[in-house]
Amino acid sequence: MLNNGSLTRYAPSVIGWIVLVSLPEWINVVAYTDLGSRVVILGLAAMALNFLLGHTGVLSFGHAAYFGLGAYGAGLTLRYLAPSTGLAILVGTGVGMMAAMLIGPLIIRLRGVYFAMVTIAFGQIFYFIAFRWSTLTGGDDGLTNWSRQPINLGFATIDLKSPVAFYYLVLFVFAVATAIMAKLLNSPFGRSLLAIRENERRALFLGIPVNLRIWLSWTVSCGFASVAGAMYALLNNFVDPRTLHWSQSGAFVIMAVLGGMRSFWGPLIGAAIYVVLQDYLSSRTSNWMSLVGLVFVLVVLFFPRGVLGMLGRRTQA
Amino acid sequence: MTQLILFNLFNGLIVGAFYALMALGLSLIMNLTGVINFAHGGFLAIGGYLAYTLIPYLGFWGALAVAPVMTAFLGLVVERFLIRRVYGHDPLYSLLLTFGLAFIIEDGTRYIWGAQAVPYEVPSSLTTPLSSEYFFLTGYRLFMVALAAISVSGLFALLKWTRLGMRIRAGTLDLETVSVLGVNTAILRNLNFGLGIYLAGLAGVLAAGQLGVEPTIGSSLIMPSFVSIIVGGLGSLPGTLFGGLLIGVASALTSVFYPSATEAVMYVIMAAVLLVRPRGLFGQEGRF
Repeated sequence: MLNNGSLTRYAPSVIGWIVLVSLPEWINVVAYTDLGSRVVILGLAAMALNFLLGHTGVLSFGHAAYFGLGAYGAGLTLRYLAPSTGLAILVGTGVGMMAAMLIGPLIIRLRGVYFAMVTIAFGQIFYFIAFRWSTLTGGDDGLTNWSRQPINLGFATIDLKSPVAFYYLVLFVFAVATAIMAKLLNSPFGRSLLAIRENERRALFLGIPVNLRIWLSWTVSCGFASVAGAMYALLNNFVDPRTLHWSQSGAFVIMAVLGGMRSFWGPLIGAAIYVVLQDYLSSRTSNWMSLVGLVFVLVVLFFPRGVLGMLGRRTQA
Repeated sequence: MTQLILFNLFNGLIVGAFYALMALGLSLIMNLTGVINFAHGGFLAIGGYLAYTLIPYLGFWGALAVAPVMTAFLGLVVERFLIRRVYGHDPLYSLLLTFGLAFIIEDGTRYIWGAQAVPYEVPSSLTTPLSSEYFFLTGYRLFMVALAAISVSGLFALLKWTRLGMRIRAGTLDLETVSVLGVNTAILRNLNFGLGIYLAGLAGVLAAGQLGVEPTIGSSLIMPSFVSIIVGGLGSLPGTLFGGLLIGVASALTSVFYPSATEAVMYVIMAAVLLVRPRGLFGQEGRF
């Protein structure tokens, strides 16, 4: 996406990265470091969703399932398998991506509203498994008694206890994940996804195997959502079934739309606004849920193109 | 054992009837306008709560008659001022809008009526078991099944034989032509939305007597309704009805043999249907 090289094109990204890298230095003035980690993690999840929603044009309303699978994968690994944060992230990602790969063939033939409905419904399976299988997952009380472990690189050990250290791990994972997504979108594969979004029938006539590409895009998208989920579990040292619930999927969609789903970084901005707003509202009033609902309604009625869409910056995917 | 199975079968039929009533309303709205109404469960809860509030004044029967109508009226207002604005746009926006509405309604009912389930009185003439052997056959349960059956037949009759019903059916196939032929489609969609919400309100009043009513009742019933529609096939109302009854009975029977899969079984059925027949059991080819 940053391929024409002019200063004006690079400037927003450079400023964005400076803001993210320096975040622990200034965030304590207004909030706390974990809030920054939450923004980046949920931003990654929203960007992952947007890979499918904004760049492939397929409406998924069930991404919380894969986010939650990533979270449970990571949590269960640390609780039962091995005290390794790296392994936890890998397992979480693997579990979420595998589930998406398997469910993919059942849904890729569907389109539009139907696709959205089926993804929501499938997401609920994992919610009920997490809820019911309480001997393994802790059920409604959530999975506890585990915590993120120091990462041993061989020559050095990184202690992740402090929020700042963990924030930088999150940022590192975020940077790698977004770099891969940007690379994929700029590849011929990514261009074929845009072609599907713009005109599916035409893409089909050009010889693009549409359903296969949607399946790949779905798997990639859910895979990165589970990366975000694994990081979210590590952030809280806790997972509960609400991570998997469909209302969380709705939150991801609203983040993408709020920030601008036609742009690459939009969902991150949407996540920042949403997370900060929710954090603020839930500390002020017990009726934050209706206020969040009101945000949904207002966004649809007045900002359907999102913040970056409103600014009119025409970012090429 | 036979009795246990019969008991659960009957229970499943009742729960399935709730799913079907709710899913039929969702289907009606979706077929004509392409809007998936996430707030449908919220309207169901409102129906239940309104009946709870009205019972001291109107009695059980009065509340049963009035509460769904009031809910439907609220639906007409919501459609007029909110839902109408997203017709013809990407389905994404209608989903988000109704999603936000669902949040607002759930929180609103909690604010007005409290977070705890409220007690809901069913007349004693309906609660006594009709048979000592089949203890589960209370009047209220039979009454629910009968009323659900009457409502569904009423809906199908209305769609088949009245002018409004004919227009709704025609609009489902080709709204533009219906509009060109001189039907006010704004009013048509408004009334159709109200009709869908009426069914949700009615399901809410009935569910209140059976399950009690609490703010989260809507969000717990909305997913099974989605599954009913998917299993039955998008665009087919008889399919939706069948889907609702099928998953209701299936999860009730599963609760006898393998309780922890009670909820999961409906999703397994959905996956199987999608695998074999992506458009659903009674879905029309190429509609979605």
